[in-house]
Amino acid sequence: MTLPLLQRFLPACLVLLVLAAASLLVGVGDAGGSEILLASRVPRTLALILAGAGMAVAGVIMQLVAQNRFVEPSTAGTAEAATLGMLLVTLLAPDAPVAVKMLAATATALAGTALFLRVLRAMPLRARLTVPLVGIMLGGVVGAASTLIAYRTDMLQFLGTWQAGDFSTVLRGRYELLWLAAILTLVAYALADRITIAGLGRDAAINLGLDHRRVVAGAIAIVAMITAVTIATVGAIPFLGLVVPNLVATVAGDNLRRSLPLVAVSGAGLLLVCDVLGRVIRYPYEIPVGTVMGVVGSALFLVLLLRRDARHA
Amino acid sequence: MHDGLARPRLRPGHVLLLLALAALGLAVAFMTVGANGRWSFVLPFRGTKLASLLLVACAVATATVLFQTVSGNRILTPAIMGFDELYRLIQTGTVVAAGTGGLGDPRLRFLAETGAMVLFALLLYRWLLSRDERGLHLLLLVGVVCGVLFRSLSQFLQRMLDPNQFVVLQSSFFANFNTVHPELLALAALGLVAAGLGVWRLTGRLDVLLLGRDEAIALGVDHRRTLTLVLVLVAVLVSVSTALVGPVTFLGLLVANLAYRVMPSYRHAVVLPAAALIAAITLVGGQLVLERVFSLNAALSIVIEFLGGLTLLLLLARRAR
Repeated sequence: MTLPLLQRFLPACLVLLVLAAASLLVGVGDAGGSEILLASRVPRTLALILAGAGMAVAGVIMQLVAQNRFVEPSTAGTAEAATLGMLLVTLLAPDAPVAVKMLAATATALAGTALFLRVLRAMPLRARLTVPLVGIMLGGVVGAASTLIAYRTDMLQFLGTWQAGDFSTVLRGRYELLWLAAILTLVAYALADRITIAGLGRDAAINLGLDHRRVVAGAIAIVAMITAVTIATVGAIPFLGLVVPNLVATVAGDNLRRSLPLVAVSGAGLLLVCDVLGRVIRYPYEIPVGTVMGVVGSALFLVLLLRRDARHA
Repeated sequence: MHDGLARPRLRPGHVLLLLALAALGLAVAFMTVGANGRWSFVLPFRGTKLASLLLVACAVATATVLFQTVSGNRILTPAIMGFDELYRLIQTGTVVAAGTGGLGDPRLRFLAETGAMVLFALLLYRWLLSRDERGLHLLLLVGVVCGVLFRSLSQFLQRMLDPNQFVVLQSSFFANFNTVHPELLALAALGLVAAGLGVWRLTGRLDVLLLGRDEAIALGVDHRRTLTLVLVLVAVLVSVSTALVGPVTFLGLLVANLAYRVMPSYRHAVVLPAAALIAAITLVGGQLVLERVFSLNAALSIVIEFLGGLTLLLLLARRAR
């Protein structure tokens, strides 16, 4: 990392620490009791940091691979496909261990993302704003199929828990899968240069001697796994992967090796803010972070869209 | 669209006639098959249902074809503009504010719901389309994001409800043709006829729009005005049908694409009626089969949504090849 970026990265880390401390202190019950702290607050805060960093990283990778700023797991059908996978494996093998369910969700997420990328290849490049539209429509169809199945099998409530991110049930022993997201983020960091080159487009990447197919396949595998892990443990978190990379790109550019740490830290920070908000607004009740993120994220996204467009006009 | 070399087997008028006959036959069957009660009960009971099916069919089919023409894209439906979610937000807001009992006069409520949805569309279109010339895709995306915003706000409000209220509320989230208030039909029909007249006067300009924006302007069409006008008509049509029976997302996609396939012409004067007739056949036929063969009632909208979704996937897969 160059010096100016380090200057942004270190303060961001400090802010994250402050937010994490706030997350440890806010809540019902006396945080002084070490039992509450260790069994609930610490796991919840860790889960928020891991999931927030993971989803933001998944978003930035998708945007590079799809060569479109408005793509992320929830606007490309990836999240909906992972949810469908969770639903199917829960219906077919209710007693399967979580790892198996996650594998199934990863497989469907991969299939959904691959379909989306195939559709993209057939679209003209200039259709910048049509790309997320098609992704959202695709997600809508997969979501409708899940709803149909869940409606028929009395699983609507389960579906609800995967569709809306909620950290209120995170306890020690029930979030550790999310460390996988951290490992995947590290893998992404190791592949950062290659993914950045893949983001220049297929022809340019091949000219530069990159095995474009393999890098893209690896990148979407990382995205699918991060999405599946997050949905299996805490549910879908909309727009995080969209807003954070866009904001970070304005200060750190598109070189993944440089921007990735900042993306991860900012994603974790934004999710922490939203979760603490959800815990405070209707104290002592909670509003799930997926809902808060839906409101905050879509509002931020609207601002991004309109501002970007004003600049072009 | 057929190419000029392959000779069309049927003329557009003939196709329309065949579709109309099929729709009429199904409507008659719907009114009479298995009717073993007193006609004074059966006729108004089934008549209400048939009328609401036909209204929704016309509204959704017309809205989708119009929307696809102005957006130049055959895999979009107006439902992605956030209308469904706005409808659900209004439903949720009413229940939160007034409880499940205090919903008031259904006619008043229908007018309020339609009014709110059209107003939303008008504000959005006016604001965004005046920003710049290629605002349409931006408009679509903003509509989509508004949909997510509305959905999150509904979920937020639903957190404030007790479970009993939530169950009542949830039933209004799926399209339902069985519990339509007869007094709403006249209102909905009025809105549909008004919008239909507007569409009829536009058909010529719509055909020109199919050529693309630049060509349409070169041929003397006021592109922005026409676009706004069409989108407002779409908003009225979608709002009327949503307020009448609830959200139907993918029906339009199914019937519009079927209409493009069976019609040996791209002219809106024949494609629009064809899409409406196909929608009528799908809805009335589907309801008939479900009621008489499978004796299920509420599942029609879900089945059709699924078929419509499959259509989309097929279209996407074909484009991808």
